[in-house]
Amino acid sequence: MTDEPSKNIQVEFFAAYRDATGTGSLQMKTTADSADALFSELQRRFPALEAYTARKLAINDELKPWSSPIADGDRVLFFPPVAGG
Amino acid sequence: MTMTIVPDAIDYAGLRASLADDTCGGLVTFEGWVRNHHEGRDVLRLEYEIYAPLAITEGEKIIAEARQKFPIEQALCVHRGGMLEIGDIAVWVGVASHHRDEAFKACRYIIDEIKVRLPIWKKEHYVAGDSQWVNCQRCAEHGEGHAHG
Repeated sequence: MTDEPSKNIQVEFFAAYRDATGTGSLQMKTTADSADALFSELQRRFPALEAYTARKLAINDELKPWSSPIADGDRVLFFPPVAGG
Repeated sequence: MTMTIVPDAIDYAGLRASLADDTCGGLVTFEGWVRNHHEGRDVLRLEYEIYAPLAITEGEKIIAEARQKFPIEQALCVHRGGMLEIGDIAVWVGVASHHRDEAFKACRYIIDEIKVRLPIWKKEHYVAGDSQWVNCQRCAEHGEGHAHG
C-alpha cells in the first residue's frame, strides 16, 4: 500500500501555536515529505494554525529551512514568530 | 557558557563582575526592561516562554559570531523566562573589549540577533485584563531593524 502513512513524527507547538492547536505536542503518522508539507497537513487539522511569514521550525532541536525533509522518528518543533528581548 | 536562561531576577552585578578583564578598556552592557506600555496599551506584566535547549545553542552561536566579527575579549548574554513585572530585566548583554567601539558594535549585534533568532515568545498582560502573544509578524512587515525595545 503506497498511500499508507509511513512516518511516525512527534510534533511540538509553542506559544501562540500551542494556543491555536490546544496542545503542546502530539504524535502523528504522515506521508508528508517536507516540514512545509507537514505544516500544511496540520493546518487542515487545526485551521487556527497561521502560516506567519516569520515562523520557524526545528527538527530534532536544530533550526531548519521549511523545505527540509522529515524522517520517521523525527521530532518537529513549530515556532510562531519569536519576540525575545 | 556564554548564553544562559534563568527563571529568576538577573544578577547584573554578578554578571558584570564575571566579565572583569585587565586587558579591557571598557564594558558595554544592554539591559532589556519590561515597560508599562506597548502600542497604546497599558501593560501590567510580561510572560516569557523560552525553549531553552535551542535558545542556548543559538545564543552561543550568536556570541561566537560576534567574536568573529569584532575583536572583543569577553561577551555573555542572559535571558529570563517566566512572569516578569514592570521594570524587571528580561535580557542582559555584556561585552568587554580593549577599545569601546568594538564593544558597542558587538553588543548591538548580539541583542539584535537574540531578538530575531532565539525561540523566545512573550505574552503581554494588559491593565485592562486581557492578554496576547506579541509576535514579529508586524516587525517583518515593517522591515528588519525596526527596534521595539
